[in-house]
Amino acid sequence: MLNELTIKEAQEKLKNKEISSVDLVKACLERIKKTDEKVKACVSVLEEGALVEAKKADERIAKGEWEELLGIPYIAKDNIMTRGVRTTASSKILENYIAPYDATIIKKIKAAGGILIAKANLDEFAHGASTENSAFGTTHNPWDLSRVPGGSSGGSAAAVAANMCIFALGTDTGGSIRCPASFCGVVGMKPTYGRASRFGLIAMTSSTDVPGPITKTIEDTAIIQKIISGTDKNDLTTVDEKIDDYQEEIQKDIKGLKIGLPKEFFEEGIDAGVADSLNSAIEKLKELGAEFVDISLPNTKYAVPVYYIVTPSEVSSNLARFDGIRYGLSDQGGSDLFDIYAHSRGKGLGPEAKRRIMLGTYALSAGYYDAYYLKAQKVRTLIKQEMDEALKKVDLILTPTSPHTAFKIGEQSNDPLKMYLEDIFVTSASLAGLPAVSVPCGFSDGLPVGMQLIGSRFDEKTILRVAKKYEENSEKAELKT
Amino acid sequence: MKLEKKDIEHIARLARLDLSEQELKEYGDQLSDVLGYINQLQEVNTDSVEPTAQVTGLENSLREDTVDNWPEAEREEALAEAPETEDHQVKVKRVL
Repeated sequence: MLNELTIKEAQEKLKNKEISSVDLVKACLERIKKTDEKVKACVSVLEEGALVEAKKADERIAKGEWEELLGIPYIAKDNIMTRGVRTTASSKILENYIAPYDATIIKKIKAAGGILIAKANLDEFAHGASTENSAFGTTHNPWDLSRVPGGSSGGSAAAVAANMCIFALGTDTGGSIRCPASFCGVVGMKPTYGRASRFGLIAMTSSTDVPGPITKTIEDTAIIQKIISGTDKNDLTTVDEKIDDYQEEIQKDIKGLKIGLPKEFFEEGIDAGVADSLNSAIEKLKELGAEFVDISLPNTKYAVPVYYIVTPSEVSSNLARFDGIRYGLSDQGGSDLFDIYAHSRGKGLGPEAKRRIMLGTYALSAGYYDAYYLKAQKVRTLIKQEMDEALKKVDLILTPTSPHTAFKIGEQSNDPLKMYLEDIFVTSASLAGLPAVSVPCGFSDGLPVGMQLIGSRFDEKTILRVAKKYEENSEKAELKT
Repeated sequence: MKLEKKDIEHIARLARLDLSEQELKEYGDQLSDVLGYINQLQEVNTDSVEPTAQVTGLENSLREDTVDNWPEAEREEALAEAPETEDHQVKVKRVL
């Protein structure tokens, strides 16, 4: 089936005119029609527009033109602005919002010829680890429909796993690409903070938000990461660092590379099946020539409490823009401006967004700032220093992405604190701004397990290289639905 | 620390959020739980530690102070999202 192709395969087949972009886009759209009633990965499907673009791509290919993604269909998480297309962040407050411009990463994918075919579901405003917090319903894990796909980029990861598209874009603030990639058995990469532009992402936590690829293979992640990387005058936190040729870098050997195993990430109550999968992967990497070093990151146990001060604080500020004045749901019923703000926000925002706004407002309010926000930012320094020190001694760090596989829908949604603890292995890299990739690493009771590789700042190439060697030497399981 | 109903009402007012009676109670309990969990940060010694807000070491990224006009079509589309406009501007209720 054409919708099962990787980017690399689709590129070759399109270039050799073995297939047309119209056929490829149609195959994905048909797959969405057939399976999305059950999976519910897509918030909007752009059938008509996508086919028009596919025809144009075929005409360009016929004329001998070539772009890296020309004619290749993809899905973007619905907190990424896409001009002329409804962009909801899976919130009722943006239910009918049409984005007036494209995010920088969307512009880049468009310039490379990629065709947007749908917008993917997420936890409202990317707040969550299960995609249950969406105003438009829960996305289901394609491997087991009674389970969550992880989150917050759950729609993007489920869509890639179910072959509804060739690749997808997500955003990661404290694990939102890596967690669903792990639960859905696909590759998900959070690049270094500042590696790719945040312009046009609906802001959540500005100091850790990053966009990144969710793909079927490491090589596909290498292709997309290269395209979306780079400085942007509309995001002054992007950094002018050399962008490596990741596709070339991942071909290199891993002999002699030093991989750190932080003991704290292996003793914290991880499921036996996850531990077994990780241990086999470690053995495999040893055979391939990598050297393992035991390390200790004692302060990372504070990553979740730090994250749940920093994030709500920045969320309370970033979500202040949803006030019923310039866009989004607006309740004009009250008597003054205050009423418009409070009514519109009360009606339009969901429970988790409200909780985070409240927590952040409290943490930043007079008398509590030093005890919470400032304290958290100081502990963040310790976490960052500790990881930087470790990465001077080793080339990368290996951990499980999550302590367990995908959990049942509804199992933890009534306890916010329990849900926050889902982020236990993924927040440290976000707080330190380090690149990290989740790689499929076998199965536990039929559910995918993810392995996380964390690298030095701007050294995406090394983690991708190790991931690629592992992928080449492990069996890929095909999803049967 | 336990947040009382009046604390939650105060925070909701600061955050410009209408909350129902049910929400006031529920968020009060949940936020108290989360704050209790977060309080473990107090055990970390941070006496001589600087806070981190920026992780890549960038400082003062400057750009030219020039007007970069938003394309007319995009500007109109953005304005069309507002509930009320007048003369290409967003109209709001009186502030004072």
